[in-house]
Amino acid sequence: MTTKTSGLGLFWQNVVSLPSSLRESFARRSAPTSDRARSQSIFANIFLHIHSTRVHPHALRLSYTWGLGVASAALFFILTVTGVLLMIYYKPSTELAYQSIKDLHYVVPTGRFIRNIHRWAAQLMVITVLLHMARVFYTGSYKKPREFNWVIGLGLFVLTLALSFTGYLLPWDQLAYWAITIGANIAASPTELTDAIGITHWFNIGAFQKELLLGASEVGEDALIRFYVLHVMILPILLAIGMSAHIWRVRKDGGLSRPGRHTTAAGKGVGASQPVPQTPSSSPTKTYGLMCVVKGKTPATDQNLDETVPSWPYLLRAELLVLMVFTFFSLVLAYFFDAPLKELANPSVPENPAKAPWYFLGLQEMVSYSAFIGGVVVPAVAMIGLALIPYLDREREQVGVWFSGAVGRVVAWRSLVFGAIAAVAMVAIPVNFGWLRNWFPGIPQLWIILINPGTILTALYVLWSVYELKRSGSTRMAAIALFTCFLVGFAILTTVGTVFRGPNWDFYWWPSQWPTH
Amino acid sequence: MPGRLDPKPIPRRDFLGLAGLWSAAIAIVGSVAGMAQLPKPRVLPEAAGTVKVGPATAYPAGTVKVFTDHRIRVIATDQGVAAMSLICTHLGCVVAEGPDGFHCPCHGSRFDAQGRVLGGPAPRALHWLPISRAADGSLLVDTKGDVPPGTFYEV
Repeated sequence: MTTKTSGLGLFWQNVVSLPSSLRESFARRSAPTSDRARSQSIFANIFLHIHSTRVHPHALRLSYTWGLGVASAALFFILTVTGVLLMIYYKPSTELAYQSIKDLHYVVPTGRFIRNIHRWAAQLMVITVLLHMARVFYTGSYKKPREFNWVIGLGLFVLTLALSFTGYLLPWDQLAYWAITIGANIAASPTELTDAIGITHWFNIGAFQKELLLGASEVGEDALIRFYVLHVMILPILLAIGMSAHIWRVRKDGGLSRPGRHTTAAGKGVGASQPVPQTPSSSPTKTYGLMCVVKGKTPATDQNLDETVPSWPYLLRAELLVLMVFTFFSLVLAYFFDAPLKELANPSVPENPAKAPWYFLGLQEMVSYSAFIGGVVVPAVAMIGLALIPYLDREREQVGVWFSGAVGRVVAWRSLVFGAIAAVAMVAIPVNFGWLRNWFPGIPQLWIILINPGTILTALYVLWSVYELKRSGSTRMAAIALFTCFLVGFAILTTVGTVFRGPNWDFYWWPSQWPTH
Repeated sequence: MPGRLDPKPIPRRDFLGLAGLWSAAIAIVGSVAGMAQLPKPRVLPEAAGTVKVGPATAYPAGTVKVFTDHRIRVIATDQGVAAMSLICTHLGCVVAEGPDGFHCPCHGSRFDAQGRVLGGPAPRALHWLPISRAADGSLLVDTKGDVPPGTFYEV
């Protein structure tokens, strides 16, 4: 009898404590009340442990990071959520895709808003990724030990652009159809070169690439499915994996870069600008006990804990703020500006002018000189050049300082002016005087391909960088010169493509001067 | 002394480990190579390239007909009938006809009335297409073919 009542009593106790025991099993610890407990929460939580438990205040300075990396990640999060929602209604078929976007826009509850957010977050992400890359470059943060993380970052940049590209193909409107056509033909453009030297018959890499992209010899159902799979599966998964590795490496390399952090010849780390002896203090314990089983240096143990602040709350709060700010931007833009949807794809007539989204218009300008050089070679050379920067510039001074100090600032300004003048000239000359074909009508195609404004601009930028290298004797200054030139060249070509190109890709000072028809 | 003819015996564990490693490597390479074949279509799903453009009698000298769906333009002169593709040889946009020839709306390539390149990035002239006659007497244009510019089919 007693056993029965006590059993019931015990059961009743368990029922009463059900909320708290559920909560305990879920969180495994009570809400942290001290910095030490907060650090341990970060350390022990699968979602938080990508952060280090403590962070240097330099990494939190707005004027240092501008929160751009976190912003890109936040926008990717927004894009994933809205993208999955759009997948509920989108139908990847040439017959139905356009109608399903119209349904989303006019019929589905909140469909228009969600699509607009998806579109604006994508545009913002392109901007934040670009700016993040510029921030990392100009603060010298690609330097050892972060060289390969810079390369991973470049991969993420390419993936971001690829996601944008595959994304705007899906509505199957005029923009989508002609973008696929042009994109696939850029993939086929090595044929230009193999034709010019007469080896296409034996080696037709261009046709192979095009067939692989389209799954057919012409743009149609197969192409749409392929780009859909890329957009919703392959590229996001690659981006998520790359992003995880990118962030994880930042943490393993001792947090964000900051001045005076490079290791001396003796292999000992130094703290701030002057070495500060590290004393075991009352600061939170941070052990790498498990790592004792391996030999060699353990990550980030050379930091003086006393000059760091706990990640919870400072870092987490800053991250949340960035997420909210960019959510807010996306919401406001999505509320006021609808994502465009052009006419249904029409394979017999492209729009005139047929323009890509703004971030590809610099590329379109380059492609309007030569498909192969502008669409394949120059972007590839630029990417390889960017990837090699940390390996060619191995100077270890002034990491974590904008422009590596006053000298770099001057170099950047000078390169900005040179890069701008060169880019404007390379657009202005063909616009005003024509190019090789106008001057020598019978010229072989190989010359047209090789000597076009895009190649000359690239060559000018490389020469300028070599000049800065000789002048300053510093690889870092040469890198600043080259990067600045490419950035300003990209900006100017993008502006030209966006504002000054009209019907037939002719030059107009203003869209109001476009011929009417 | 161990050598090629008298090798040192491999310890059993080393052998098993290496065998495992190599079989895994071969399996990974083999399966990746197998999967990589999948996206390359063996049969291309597409319509036939030949287009019926009507009976030869519909093409007295001086006729110009544009078939927008097939992106071709058929003309007739005293020399015969000829067909030209309207797909820009640069990146595949459809060229528009103007007073002085053809121009591409996407990247500014320009062609003269015969399809020769006048300017812009186009790497070659617009394709002229072979024409033949079907059994019922109507003309057939092969949109996948290619003949030298100035080739006319004598009717």
